[in-house]
Amino acid sequence: MLKLIGVSKIFAGNTINEKLALNDVSLSLAEGDFVTLVGSNGAGKSTLLNVIAGVFPPDGGRIFLDERDITDLPEYQRAGAIGRVFQNPLQGTAANMTVEENLVMAWKRGQRRGLRKAIHFKERAWFQEELKKLGLGLEDRLTAKVGLLSGGQRQALTLLMATLTRPQLLLLDEHTASLDPRTAEVVLNLTCQIVNEQKLTTIMVTHNLEQALTVGTRTVMMHEGKVVLDIQGAERKRMSVLDLMNLFEKNSGTSLKSDRVLLAAK
Amino acid sequence: MLDALTGTLEQGLLFALMVLGVYLTFRILDFADLTVDGSFTLGGAIAASIIFAGGNPWLATVVALCGGLLAGAVTGILNTTFRITPLLSGILTMTGLYSINLRVMGRANISLLRADTVITRFTSALHLDPAYGTVVLGLIVVGLVGVALYLFLKTEIGLALQATGDNEQMIRALGVNTDRMKLLGLALSNGMVSLSGALVAQNQQFADAGMGIGMIIAGLASVIIGEALIGTTTLRRTIIAVVCGSVIYRGVLALVLRLGLAPTDFKLLTALIVIVALASPQVKAWWQKGKQRQKGVSPDA
Ligand SMILES: Nc1ncnc2c1ncn2[C@@H]1O[C@H](COP(=O)(O)OP(=O)(O)OP(=O)(O)O)[C@@H](O)[C@H]1O
Ligand SMILES: [Mg+2]
Repeated sequence: MLKLIGVSKIFAGNTINEKLALNDVSLSLAEGDFVTLVGSNGAGKSTLLNVIAGVFPPDGGRIFLDERDITDLPEYQRAGAIGRVFQNPLQGTAANMTVEENLVMAWKRGQRRGLRKAIHFKERAWFQEELKKLGLGLEDRLTAKVGLLSGGQRQALTLLMATLTRPQLLLLDEHTASLDPRTAEVVLNLTCQIVNEQKLTTIMVTHNLEQALTVGTRTVMMHEGKVVLDIQGAERKRMSVLDLMNLFEKNSGTSLKSDRVLLAAK
Repeated sequence: MLDALTGTLEQGLLFALMVLGVYLTFRILDFADLTVDGSFTLGGAIAASIIFAGGNPWLATVVALCGGLLAGAVTGILNTTFRITPLLSGILTMTGLYSINLRVMGRANISLLRADTVITRFTSALHLDPAYGTVVLGLIVVGLVGVALYLFLKTEIGLALQATGDNEQMIRALGVNTDRMKLLGLALSNGMVSLSGALVAQNQQFADAGMGIGMIIAGLASVIIGEALIGTTTLRRTIIAVVCGSVIYRGVLALVLRLGLAPTDFKLLTALIVIVALASPQVKAWWQKGKQRQKGVSPDA
């Protein structure tokens, strides 16, 4: 389904700030895999998602999506296959446009856009139905500007937008990290529900180790631009948060105890 | 007095097309496009030269509009293909246009006195009182362009263009080539600006190489005035606001002229209006901070 072969990414190459953000990453996802991706700050998780989405090209390696080599495609040409939700709720929606306008733009993700009127009666009713499923009361606010919504509402809306037409691949980058605990849980539950319903192949970045083991079907850990751990199935079922921490220490050669964020985000 | 009113209305409507163009780039596309000064003159220059040479004034006006589309596209290509900053792209096109406009006219100015223009043609075709011909024509053209702009912005492409100005990263992640949207927006905007220049030149019966100087700031002032007085709750309201802003702006200028200000001081006055509008949020913030301090509340609390 998704296949990365020897992908690397260097930021600020040939300067003193040179940073090898992705170091020869190879990763292969099967149809329906729900990967939780963990790793310390600066491990390269966001960079990995950005390279897959085509925000910037990798400096080495190839990326295949459903057997198709997408390495050289610009972001907007991959978008039809990839749905995304970002950490920052402001990033995934257009604040000065209405809820229904945002939805209709997402509905056309990856399709040809023409000089047809964008929103019709039919779509409105359907959007309302979909919004109702979020359970946040957004179905009554179709014509409200998105900038007026709360962070949680915006994030739930972004999630809906990313999955309104079924993406081949869903990329979630700490999409609940900036929400309060209760809203974060609502959005996470929504995520699991949508992913299960549509049987989406998904990568979800998280800093919460427990989440990394309980949510999804597979756990991948990164450290300094490399994949240091990749577990699924029975092996994953047996693993506890403590095991995960120990394994990480062994694989990466550093102590997790010093990594404040990994521990803090419980 | 009535003369002054129709004069203001004429000017306000004809310049409103330019203001709509400025609104499209500055507000919707969030692109500070400085091409405007050049493309306004370009419209006037093209229309005046064709009419002066005996060409059909309607055709001349359409050609002027196309010239503006092209000028905007050049700025767009500089910015999107060659990654030159928006400000510099606009300035480069504007500077180049200065020479081009002189070439088009073949001299520094063209008089259209007693020439056949769209305004004289329109007025005589409808047997209108010449005093109101421009106003009626202006209302029709601004109405058509305003409605067309509104309908366009509500299409699939139109929404993508709005989103490009609102959240470029998001709309690219939804599969839109934002470079193409910028190119389109800049072309349409400068098309409107050139159309405005063509009509203004025909109305004042001359075109000159300096007629576009300060046009951006005049446009911005009109947008700001309209938005402040009429509001921006919906797109329809904002487009109406922007057109009204243009008329009000011309009215203010006519008024201060009557009060004895020299016409050459217009530009300073316009700049001041824009400065006040842009500075007021900051001043308001300072003022509120000061008030809090007087009450003994720390502003950071
Ligand atoms: N645009 C950029 N320019 C230069 N360096 C960058 C850029 N983006 C990321 N980096 C660097 O690349 C490394 C990997 O960053 P990345 O954002 O992928 O980490 P991350 O695993 O997502 O971390 P976090 O958990 O903090 O989000 C970091 O050292 C970062 O400083
Ligand atoms: Mg990150």
